[in-house]
Amino acid sequence: MSADWPLYEVFLRAKRGLNHVHVGSVHAPDAAMALRNARDLYTRRNEGVSIWVVASADITASSPDEKDAFFSSSADKVYRHPTFYQIPDDVPRI
Amino acid sequence: MPAPSSHVAEVPGDENTAGDERAHFDSLIAREQRIEPRDWMPDEYRATLIRQVAQHAHSEIIGMQPEGMWITRAPSLRRKAILLAKVQDEAGHGMYLYSAAETLGADRADLTAKLIAGRQKYSSIFNYPTLTYADVGVIGWLVDGAAICNQVPLCRSSYGPYARAMVRICKEESFHQRQGYELLLTMMAGTPGQREMVQDAVDRWWWPSLMMFGPPDESSPNTARSMAWGVKRHTNDELRQSFVDMSVPQADRLGVTLPDTGLSWNGERGSYDFSEPDWAEFAQVVAGNGPCNAARLARRREAHENGEWVRAAAVAHATKRAARGGERP
Amino acid sequence: MTGHDVTVYESLANSGDDRRWAFGTGFEDPLAGVDMSVPSGVDGADLAAYATMLGDDALIASQRVAEWITRLPELEVETAIANVALDLLGQARMLFARACGADGSGRGEDDLAYLRDAHDWHNVCFVEGPDADFAGLVMRLALFATWRLAVFSRLRDSTDPILAAIAAKAAKELTYHRDFAAQWVVSLGDGTEHSHQRVQAALDALWPLVEELFLSSPVERRLQAVAVDPVMAREEFEDVVGRILEAATLRCPGPPGGGQHDGGQHGGGQGGRDGKHSEHLAALLDEMQSVARAHPGATW
Repeated sequence: MSADWPLYEVFLRAKRGLNHVHVGSVHAPDAAMALRNARDLYTRRNEGVSIWVVASADITASSPDEKDAFFSSSADKVYRHPTFYQIPDDVPRI
Repeated sequence: MPAPSSHVAEVPGDENTAGDERAHFDSLIAREQRIEPRDWMPDEYRATLIRQVAQHAHSEIIGMQPEGMWITRAPSLRRKAILLAKVQDEAGHGMYLYSAAETLGADRADLTAKLIAGRQKYSSIFNYPTLTYADVGVIGWLVDGAAICNQVPLCRSSYGPYARAMVRICKEESFHQRQGYELLLTMMAGTPGQREMVQDAVDRWWWPSLMMFGPPDESSPNTARSMAWGVKRHTNDELRQSFVDMSVPQADRLGVTLPDTGLSWNGERGSYDFSEPDWAEFAQVVAGNGPCNAARLARRREAHENGEWVRAAAVAHATKRAARGGERP
Repeated sequence: MTGHDVTVYESLANSGDDRRWAFGTGFEDPLAGVDMSVPSGVDGADLAAYATMLGDDALIASQRVAEWITRLPELEVETAIANVALDLLGQARMLFARACGADGSGRGEDDLAYLRDAHDWHNVCFVEGPDADFAGLVMRLALFATWRLAVFSRLRDSTDPILAAIAAKAAKELTYHRDFAAQWVVSLGDGTEHSHQRVQAALDALWPLVEELFLSSPVERRLQAVAVDPVMAREEFEDVVGRILEAATLRCPGPPGGGQHDGGQHGGGQGGRDGKHSEHLAALLDEMQSVARAHPGATW
C-alpha cells in the first residue's frame, strides 16, 4: 500500500456573503484530515470563515480545448445581458 | 487542480492542430494573459516551470532548518513566538508552491524523493550555518529581503497558479523581513556584545545574499528563454542591483558596515557600484560542497523516512474506515 | 531596470514611508491595557503562583512540541504542530502576564521564563520528557490537551476575570489540540500493526505520569473560586480518554496511575507542582535559557 496521501483541492469563504474560492490544495489520508490540514495551512491569518475540501480526482472540469463548443453558445445569447435592452433615460431607477 | 491533460476528453470534431495550440499559447503570453493548468503548453515551458517551482518549494522547506534550530533557544518569549510563526510560514510557503507544481502534473512525493536524493536543487543560501541569534535577524533582513526582490516580480508570472501562490507568499514574506530588521535594530541598541554579533552576522551573510540572485547574466543560460515566456521577469544582475540599492541605506540606518570596500554611489547610474561575489565559492556550494549541504539534506531525509510508518498508518486507517462504510479514502 | 521596475514593492506596499516593507508586522500584547488588579479577597501571591504553574505547563509543553519542527512525517503536520506550539506559547505568555500583574514584583514574562532554575518551575512532570517518536508526541498531546481542556473549561468561571478570559481563549485552542491529537491516536491505533504497537507503547510509557495531573496543590485548594481543583477534571478526562482509546483499539493500562506514584521518575511527593522534577527539565531549561543567560543586560 502506498504511504503517499492523495491530493485535495481547498475552497475558502473569506467572509460571509462571498463565495468559496479555490485557494490551492493539501495532501491528506482522508477528507476529515484534509479539512484540518487546510485549516492549518490556508487560515493562518484569519483568512476564512468556511472551508470546503474535495478530492482532486473527483473534479470534472471543462477542457480548454472545448472552449468553442462549450462556451460559445452562451456568447450569442446577448438577450441575457441587461445592456441588450434599450431603456429611455427618463425611466427612473432601472 | 488535477493534473492537466490526464483526462481531458477529446472533443469530436475538434480541428485544433498543434500549430493552432502553439499560436494560442504564444498569443496568451504576448497579451500578458495567464496560462492555466489545463491549457496546452509547450513541453519545455512545463518542464522549466516544474523545475523552477519545485526548487522554490524545496528552498522554503530546507529554509526552515537554519532558523528553526533557534526556536528552542530564542532569547525572549516574544522572539520565540515570532520565529515559530515565521518557520511555520515557510512550511506553508513550501506547500503553496508544491501545490502549484502539482497543477503542472508533478507529484509532491516524487519531487520530495528527488530532493532527498540530491537530484533537485534548493537555494544555496541555506547551506550556510546559523551561528548566533543575530543570524535570525540577518536572515530576515538580507535573505528574506533578497527573496522578496526575486519573488515580487514572480507575482506576475505567466503561469497562473505560480503567480497566485507568489502573491500570497510575498504578502507573508514581508513580515519576515520586517521582524528581522526590527530584531537587528533592537540588538544594535543593546550591549556592545550584541552589536558585535550583528556585525559578525552581516559580514557572513552579505555575500551569500548577493549570490541568491544567481550567476551573472552572461553565464545564466536559461534567463533569455524564461524571460520570453514570462516565467522570469528580470535578469539576475538587475535584481541583484536593486537589492544592493535597497540594502545600503538600511545598513546605514542600522549602523552596520557592509563587507565590501568596493561599495560606492554612482551618481551617473543612480545606483551603487559593488564588487563581484566570489563565484568560485558559489559554484562549490551549488555543487553540494557548502558548509551545511549534507546536514540539511540529511535532516530532510530523516524526517521523511522516519515519517513513512506514520503516513502509511494514516492511509491504512482511512482505508479501513472506508471499508467499514464510513468515508471512502 | 526602469524606474517602474525598481519599486517592485509598490504593487504590494502600503503607501508612505513604509514602501520598502510590504505589510505591517502587527504583533500585539494580548493583555495590553487590561486591568490587572487582583479581585478583593484574593491573595495576590497565590494568584501569581497559580497563574505561573498553569503557564509553566504550557511553556514546557510548547517547548517539547516545537522541538519537532522540521522533523515531522509530512508537511501538513508541520503547520499543525507549529500551531499547537504557538497556541501553548501564547497561553504561557498570557498566564505569565497575569502572574506578573498579580504579585506586584515588577517582573516580566521573560524573567519567569529565562531566570528560574528547575526547582522554581511548577509544571506537571507529565509535560517535561522528550517524545521518543511521533506516537509519543501525539499521545502526550492527546492526554495533556484532554486534561488541560477539562481544567480550563471550568476555569472560564473563575472569579478572577483575567484568568476567566485567558481560559475562554485557551479552551478553544485546546479543543482543537485535543481533536487533532486524538485523530492521530486513532489513526495510529487503528492503522497498521506496527503503528498500533508504537502508539500502545507510547501510552504505556506515559500512563504512570497521569496520576500526578489530578493531585491538587495547596495553592489550588486555597484559591477556591479562582482556581480549578484538578480533581474536578478527572471524570471528564477518564470519559474522553476512554472513548479515544476505544476508537483507537488501544488497551488502557489501568486506572490513571494505578494508584501508584512514579516515585523514581519525579521524586515522589507532589512532583512538579512542588518543584520536584525529572532530570529532563533541567536539560530542557539549559537549552531554552542558554542565549538569554549568556547575554545579561541584553535586550531582544
